[in-house]
Amino acid sequence: MTMTAAQPGLQSIPALLARNAEQLGKFTAYREKEFGIWQAWTWKQTAEEVRSMAMGFLALGMERGDYVAIIGRNRPALYWAMVAAQSVGAIPVPLYQDAVAEEMTYVLDHCGARFAVCGDQEQVDKVIEVQETVKSIEQIMYLDKRGMRKYDHSRMNWLMDVVAEGRAGHQRFEAELNKRMAELTYDHPCVILYTSGTTGKPKGVVLSNRNIIETSRASSEFDNLKPKDEILAYLPMAWVGDFIFAIGQAYWTGFCVNCPESAQTMMTDLREIGPTYFFAPPRVFENMLTSVMIRMEDASRMKKRLFERYMAHARKVGPAILDGKEVSAADRAKYMLGELFVYGPLKNTLGLSKIRVAYTAGEAIGPEIFEFYRSLGINLKQLYGQTEASVFITQQPDGEVRNDTVGVPSPGVEVKIADDGEVYYRSPGTFVEYYKNAESTASTKDPEGWVATGDAGFFEPDTGHLRIIDRAKDVGKMADGSMFAPKYVENKLKFYPNILETVVFGNNRDRCVAFINIDLSAVGNWAERNNIAYSSYQELAGHQRVLDMIQEHVSETNESIARDQMLSGCQVHRFLVLHKELDPDDGEITRTRKVRRRIVEEKYADLIDALYGGKDEIYTETEVTYEDGRKGKIKATLEIRDAKVFDVAQKVAAQ
Amino acid sequence: MLDTKPDEGYTTADGRQIGGVAMEMKNITLRFGGVVAIKDISFDIRWGEIRAIIGPNGAGKSSMLNVISGFYHPQDGEVWYKGYRRARMRPYQVARTGIARTFQNIALFEGMSVLDNIMTGRLNLMNAGFISQAMWWGKAAREEEEHREKVEKVIDFLEIQHIRKTPVARLPYGLKKRVELARALAAEPSILLLDEPMAGMNVEEKEDMSRFILDVNDEFNTTIVLIEHDMGVVMDLSDRVVVMDYGKKIGDGTPDEVRNNEEVIKAYLGVEHD
Repeated sequence: MTMTAAQPGLQSIPALLARNAEQLGKFTAYREKEFGIWQAWTWKQTAEEVRSMAMGFLALGMERGDYVAIIGRNRPALYWAMVAAQSVGAIPVPLYQDAVAEEMTYVLDHCGARFAVCGDQEQVDKVIEVQETVKSIEQIMYLDKRGMRKYDHSRMNWLMDVVAEGRAGHQRFEAELNKRMAELTYDHPCVILYTSGTTGKPKGVVLSNRNIIETSRASSEFDNLKPKDEILAYLPMAWVGDFIFAIGQAYWTGFCVNCPESAQTMMTDLREIGPTYFFAPPRVFENMLTSVMIRMEDASRMKKRLFERYMAHARKVGPAILDGKEVSAADRAKYMLGELFVYGPLKNTLGLSKIRVAYTAGEAIGPEIFEFYRSLGINLKQLYGQTEASVFITQQPDGEVRNDTVGVPSPGVEVKIADDGEVYYRSPGTFVEYYKNAESTASTKDPEGWVATGDAGFFEPDTGHLRIIDRAKDVGKMADGSMFAPKYVENKLKFYPNILETVVFGNNRDRCVAFINIDLSAVGNWAERNNIAYSSYQELAGHQRVLDMIQEHVSETNESIARDQMLSGCQVHRFLVLHKELDPDDGEITRTRKVRRRIVEEKYADLIDALYGGKDEIYTETEVTYEDGRKGKIKATLEIRDAKVFDVAQKVAAQ
Repeated sequence: MLDTKPDEGYTTADGRQIGGVAMEMKNITLRFGGVVAIKDISFDIRWGEIRAIIGPNGAGKSSMLNVISGFYHPQDGEVWYKGYRRARMRPYQVARTGIARTFQNIALFEGMSVLDNIMTGRLNLMNAGFISQAMWWGKAAREEEEHREKVEKVIDFLEIQHIRKTPVARLPYGLKKRVELARALAAEPSILLLDEPMAGMNVEEKEDMSRFILDVNDEFNTTIVLIEHDMGVVMDLSDRVVVMDYGKKIGDGTPDEVRNNEEVIKAYLGVEHD
């Protein structure tokens, strides 16, 4: 079935919903696992639910231009709440559900939300706390009833009661709702998404209906998405990617959005659904691979040998077969056997059997990880994007997939590289403004509509693919004038499964040093295998043998960095393994898990001094924030180690 | 069955309506040979309340719980339940009167999955015959679907969806405790007995468990009797507390009353020497 192109009547998400209800009425729009069973809603039912909810919102007095905060995990009713809010002319503002009350206060105050739709009691509690300072919040709605009986309901409603009221009052509200829906245009704000921001306070990115719908149309056509496609919605609703995939593209093409039962069941649910279109940050792919490898370690010798043999073959010919290149008949036959014995069952276990298109973005993905999935025949591709662009800036077309580039400009997007190397873009998806922040808007977007990405990169001359080096503001100079690109080094280090996170310092210094976070599941499993007892992250992180292992990884990384003449000055001379994991609750990384370099630098200034000071160990106390917002302190004595550094190997670089 | 009159109830500090007497212990004395485990204890349990029994080690708390559950039959004294004097009963008969419990030392079927374990909580409510169940035909199949639905509601309530199919033996201690609570809840009890539900848990697990206990009471209006060591938890959770020491009752009342009771302070903190 082909969808009609954008036309005057289809200038909002509610309008797309109405079209889907009419043209795809019997297709499944949403699925959610509840009480152990996948419950499903067709587009027709969805449209009916959203209409009733919108009328319920009208009954509560929701006005045009009101801001409606949506806080909770991915559930159909919360997606409907966004579309219902749009239907009455209000603007949804999804928030990160794991944010503490303090962070929510800023966002809710900044947008002046009048309504808050919460997933459960936990979120309601936070909003009630916020209400003490943010007086604009008038009504709270919640989806999960548990524990809510005793709350004061004078300004609070169960979302389903609101829906019921809207349904009951349809005769009263229908005319008003139709009127408001008809008013929606392409220039009307579709959603405000707060970027977690690696520096400073979050900024509210206003995306219009035009931004979302045009981007969704272009990207859906790029990958030929169909109403029969399935996705799993498990990434935070406040993240632009989830909004584009689970609302923009889903409503444009009419494919089905599946919501997992709970955060912990995501892997099981993934397997049961078997999505055809899948997005995951590199971290998820890494975790999946790590769990496969751990389980293979425990497998019988026969299985292990079979696995190793066929994986070696897959690495050799798998990507070529996927790209449709020429491969000998014998290799193809062997690959088919592998599919039967190894790849097929493995993909099935991972829930990736039916994948047609999979994307990863946000961070660089390790070459081995990327290759692993490609060699299994999973069409994993990379894209480059940001909230301000409604996601898509560049993406990789089928058949031109590589690990080290982020692809060609997406349809409709213009990309240019400034003299200093910073990447700029202009597209129909380019955001309208930062809400109530004209200054930042002006400094990010010029009058001609070009937006600075803040990333430094270049186009490969022969392929036309974009390569990103680092955040433009992070790229600096070493004391001797050579280039300092911390992300480049960090990514190399993070490709080791044992290293979860790392921060490299060295701007204006004579050499680089690094903080390292170990991956508790990978290192923990290794510890178990080697009979190393530990009781906490801190203890394991300080273990001699763990330090030995990390030291080896750092030295190997240095060896590979030394091969690159331009960046050989970035070798890590000294490192330490941090006594705690960098945590969004402490503001050290963003909710999307990007390191906030400056905050880390300030917070751990004593450790950086010690790394440069030549000490062998350092005692430190660190403040930590618990999930409920309380604060505490952890103390530790950290060992500082030297890593082997290499001379710039002229010969290797010349090859 | 006959409930006692509702006007006998009281209202708690947080505004919950507590009903009339559900169960009354009258002068209970329990002996094991020469050892007197419980000595002449009387107290009542009211519909809808969270009733705690506390005391130092060896005070007779677990014996008391076993008397309430009908597992022990006291030598002297009477247990009145739902307005009738309770005769000696077999465990399954007690379960049928709407009493379910969890154990201090987890008593789950280790080799079975979480789901199957919780299903066993509904055994008493299944009516299909042995053959029908073995063939999974007719009534048995219909029945299982109904029971599964109830069990799934409990799983959802206690947030253990992710371990539904996991064998119990592979679970950490804190989760096993939760599964045990789930099994007890699946029986849809009117009185739920919890034997040290928070023993051996860390702070976070204790907080979770406390929330579940409060939620169960709130959502299903289940009367809860719990034994607990952790004074802090008990004082926060319960409406009324019985304090035992050496088999005797030394205090009975709201947490505040009990906290200020001289005898209780003595039993817990020891007696000051002059």
